[in-house]
Amino acid sequence: MPAESLFRALAPAQNTLQIEFEGSTLSVPAGISLAAALLVSGVTHTRESAVSGRPGAPYCMMGVCFECLVEVDGQANRQACLLPVRAGMRVRRQQGARDIFANEHSEGADE
Amino acid sequence: MNNQTVDLIVIGAGPAGMSAALEATRYGLSVVVLDEQANPGGQIYRNVQQADARSREVLGDDYVAGAALVEQFLASGARYLGNAAVWQVTPQRHVHYLIDGRAEVMQGRYLLIATGAFERPMPIPGWTLPGVMTAGAGQILLKSAALVPAGPLVLAGCGPLLYLLAVQYLRAGIAVEALVDTSGHRDLLGAWRKVPGALGGWRDLLKGVQLLRELKRAKVKHFRDARGLHIEGSTQASALSFDSQGRRWNIPASLVLLHQGVVPNTQISWSLRLEHDWSEQQLCWVARRDSWGETSLPCVFIAGDGGAIGGAQVALHEGRLAGLAIAFRSGKVQAHALQQIAMAYRKTLHTKRAARPLIDAVYRPQQQNRIPADEVIVCRCEDVSAGEIRQHVALGCLGPNQTKAFGRCGMGPCQGRQCGLSVTEIIAEARQVPAAEVGYYRIRSPLKPITLAQLSNETALTEEHL
Repeated sequence: MPAESLFRALAPAQNTLQIEFEGSTLSVPAGISLAAALLVSGVTHTRESAVSGRPGAPYCMMGVCFECLVEVDGQANRQACLLPVRAGMRVRRQQGARDIFANEHSEGADE
Repeated sequence: MNNQTVDLIVIGAGPAGMSAALEATRYGLSVVVLDEQANPGGQIYRNVQQADARSREVLGDDYVAGAALVEQFLASGARYLGNAAVWQVTPQRHVHYLIDGRAEVMQGRYLLIATGAFERPMPIPGWTLPGVMTAGAGQILLKSAALVPAGPLVLAGCGPLLYLLAVQYLRAGIAVEALVDTSGHRDLLGAWRKVPGALGGWRDLLKGVQLLRELKRAKVKHFRDARGLHIEGSTQASALSFDSQGRRWNIPASLVLLHQGVVPNTQISWSLRLEHDWSEQQLCWVARRDSWGETSLPCVFIAGDGGAIGGAQVALHEGRLAGLAIAFRSGKVQAHALQQIAMAYRKTLHTKRAARPLIDAVYRPQQQNRIPADEVIVCRCEDVSAGEIRQHVALGCLGPNQTKAFGRCGMGPCQGRQCGLSVTEIIAEARQVPAAEVGYYRIRSPLKPITLAQLSNETALTEEHL
């Protein structure tokens, strides 16, 4: 994960919590959206296009562009900008086209 | 009456939705307000109750003023449901929504769509790169998470929000490398003809002048009449290049925030097959409404920016008018009282709308940033370029719906929100016909992602005959 974030907090966070992103633990401010938490943690892209594989990242932050779709606790197509961040969330990038039988595999078995 | 059936369902808790709920509850109507965000306020007053002193100082008085409205709304007796994603609305005014991972449905005797605006897409080369966001996104991060850009920042495009955000960042101690303005003195000259009418809205106009003065005082590099905008970078934005003052510029930046005005969020109104017209003044679709806000479908109203762009104050008064009209239709307001109260609201609305034609003319987005060159991606979900859409037209594609069949444009998760207006205008230009003739996508539910498990477990609605 790159050290340089696009955003930083105006003041140090009073409360933080921990989430998991792509297997690594992130300590993020509480009370913000998941997309904001990923941006302040230096996550540069949150999905890869289903068509071209180009990297995508949160763009509108208000639920209309669907660029920030991620997988949260095994459920795909979650809009990270509309999801309040919660301790223990397991978050993964949404990569490429959906595998329609994904739920039949044991988690991570096809990677 | 069961608790799934109410007098009025309002979708959206911004200025329009909150004020409509306040007005309707005042006359004793049962009101439910559904909103996608965690707190009421809409985008304009987002998180206003939670913002600390420092954030309030940075965001300014117009933002802080929203706290009173949110407070009144929460005390109004209207049932407020936050974090609720509406995924389907039917002509019978059944509103289906997701909340806490559950699918629920309720029915309203009346429905008010107050879904507000989102930023007009700005398809320029490189706009899909990470490190490129909208100015509104930057402001949302400031309001809801107190996050500010960490590296070199460039703001590009046109419109009051761009100047406001630049000033807010300056107050927060964030340097703005450049403000790359696609509007210029020529637009201002052209717009002067509209000034006599705009003087009624002088307060709004003065605010814009003050913002520009603040930017000048802070010595922010302000380029005007910028053309040929191009975001540089292969996997991440690294700079913005453009033409201005007779030469090409290249400003390094890790974050480029784009903005060229806002447009109504018409997903629900299109999905209901309401009548829409193309607004040449605002270059977007506007749902047809009467002076109370009622649409072509009886008992369905629209108030605020979701109808046509007017700003927060216009939204507030349109919300009041709609709430009042719905109270009247529900038999809670006498006819003479209706006219008397409405007259006062309409008078204020007239003043608050006065500056709009001038704002629309001065900050009219450039054609090259709406109808881009062939290589620019227009549909971000399916990676469809402007050139591919033109090829579809050459093969006989007449409108946005057919682009879906030709190349999946508009078929991704955003359902055309990000490409719809560009696609309409690209096809209109290629076919040499007005945008109104080209039309828009046929929007269908689900308007928001819903799983099969959620769908199959939806709480059934006990039908009442309304």
